[in-house]
Amino acid sequence: MNFWTDPVNVAAEWLKDVFIGWGMTDPYATALVYLLGAFLLVALVMLLDVFLVWVERKVVARFQDRIGPNRVGPFGLIQPFADIIKLIIKEDITPAGADKVVYNLAPVLSLASVLLLWAILPLSALVYGVDLNVAVLYLVAAGALGTLAVIMAGWSSNNKYALLGAFRTVAQMISFEIPMVVVLLIPTILTGSMSLKTIVERQDIWYVVLTPLGFVIFLISAIAELGRAPFDLNEAESEIVAGFHIEYSGMKFGLFYAGELLHAFTFGGFMAVLFFGGYRFFGLEQIHPLVAVLILMVKALLGYWVIMWIKYTVPRIRIDHMLALNWKFLTPLAFALLVVTAVMHRLLGGTQPWVYALGLFLSNVVLLLAALEILRASARRQRRQEEAVLSAVAETAGH
Amino acid sequence: MDASQIIFGLTALLIIFSALRVVTTRNMVHAALWLIVTLLGVTVLYALLQANFLAVVQVVVYVGAIAILFIFAIMLTRREMRDGGPQLNKGWPLAALISLAVFGGLLALLYNAPVSERLAASLEGQDTLGALGQALVSPDAYVLPFEVASVLLLAALIGAVYVALNKKQESDK
Repeated sequence: MNFWTDPVNVAAEWLKDVFIGWGMTDPYATALVYLLGAFLLVALVMLLDVFLVWVERKVVARFQDRIGPNRVGPFGLIQPFADIIKLIIKEDITPAGADKVVYNLAPVLSLASVLLLWAILPLSALVYGVDLNVAVLYLVAAGALGTLAVIMAGWSSNNKYALLGAFRTVAQMISFEIPMVVVLLIPTILTGSMSLKTIVERQDIWYVVLTPLGFVIFLISAIAELGRAPFDLNEAESEIVAGFHIEYSGMKFGLFYAGELLHAFTFGGFMAVLFFGGYRFFGLEQIHPLVAVLILMVKALLGYWVIMWIKYTVPRIRIDHMLALNWKFLTPLAFALLVVTAVMHRLLGGTQPWVYALGLFLSNVVLLLAALEILRASARRQRRQEEAVLSAVAETAGH
Repeated sequence: MDASQIIFGLTALLIIFSALRVVTTRNMVHAALWLIVTLLGVTVLYALLQANFLAVVQVVVYVGAIAILFIFAIMLTRREMRDGGPQLNKGWPLAALISLAVFGGLLALLYNAPVSERLAASLEGQDTLGALGQALVSPDAYVLPFEVASVLLLAALIGAVYVALNKKQESDK
């Protein structure tokens, strides 16, 4: 182990030795090093978050055929700092009748629920927060805390629109959690482990090839979990003004905003880890751990770009359509996919890798075609019923 | 005293304090939020015991589903979020006596229990999750309770669908 091949762990060991040299006992030094490591990770992620504000504004501008921020610094790169200064000097308003403690806690919890996710994201084979053996479930648990933050914000603001936003959030998050959990089980089945590091290491063939349908379901439920368009019912500007964060101003709003951007980017990272080989890219990751981190970041940015692409292209979905999509389409499909994947994985487990990959891929395609055919048939039946009712009405009107 | 004991002490204090707040606070939503703090404290205890799976499931199930449904139900059903009635009823001395007796009994039991100097084997690096999964489906272990629980939950699900369906047909008529 030397500094070139493993800079982060060597630095941590060195720091620990320094603390022990200062007269600390070993456990306390270890705890302190971990604390500093967590602090450093959060600081870097928040710095990245500032940069994401610029990325988001620039990309949305391109989607809307504008140039975007281009006045402050090269390509408008310093724009986020101007935004931050603006947010900080804004008046901090607490609405009358608000529940002060809960009101102030909600934005913090919202951002914290996103930062928690970075603890389990394996940035490279040697750089990661913690290699949990239940990491896949941890992802869901952190999402639950995010839901809680939205409810707290919506309730404590003492505002009807905010409360409506919170209600919609609960309906949406609790529903879309189900296909998400089921789909998360598919990489788990293919790997035989819930540890994200193991999942990355076993992905000699990217799981998006083995289970393209699983990836699409994960993407849809992730966007719903993020509350981004087309699932942004909880802040639908044209219906309930700004939803759960209507009363927040200044940096408190900034925390919600930063949390949302970082959440989207983080889910880009999880998509990369679960379906696109994580920090691996055809052996390039073996050059240096920091190259591996860079690979993951690029993949996460691409995932984030896809989420933005969908957000700025697709109009908002109606609330009953949102629930129908989840309960009548995504959930049954996810369960069917889980069963099919488990069976195919067991059947083709010992065969050649290409047979295994082809078999799983084709089973996904067949399942998707079958699901679409069922949908088409039910839509046809519904249309025929409506036509029958209409013609009956026309007949009685004619008599 | 090592770091884990300090963490345990602080967590235990937090759990007791928030559990007390659940029953003493007059604001219903606050009570639910304090309950969440209590449940998160229990999560920390599970994590201290290296029971990763239990810790995460505790957050997913209790905080993510049950507590949020609590808050939802309170917000939907109660016009007045404050509980105005008396917080103690006539039976409180008896309840206090019983709980004190149980506490004393447990304390005495713990004091008289043979103290084992040997620490439990560390679970670090072991595949506890895999072992749990195997145990849940192996005939020698918990397959029967597991299946019975599954059938029970399925029955509840079907029941819920049935109730919802009936209502819809009545409104159609």
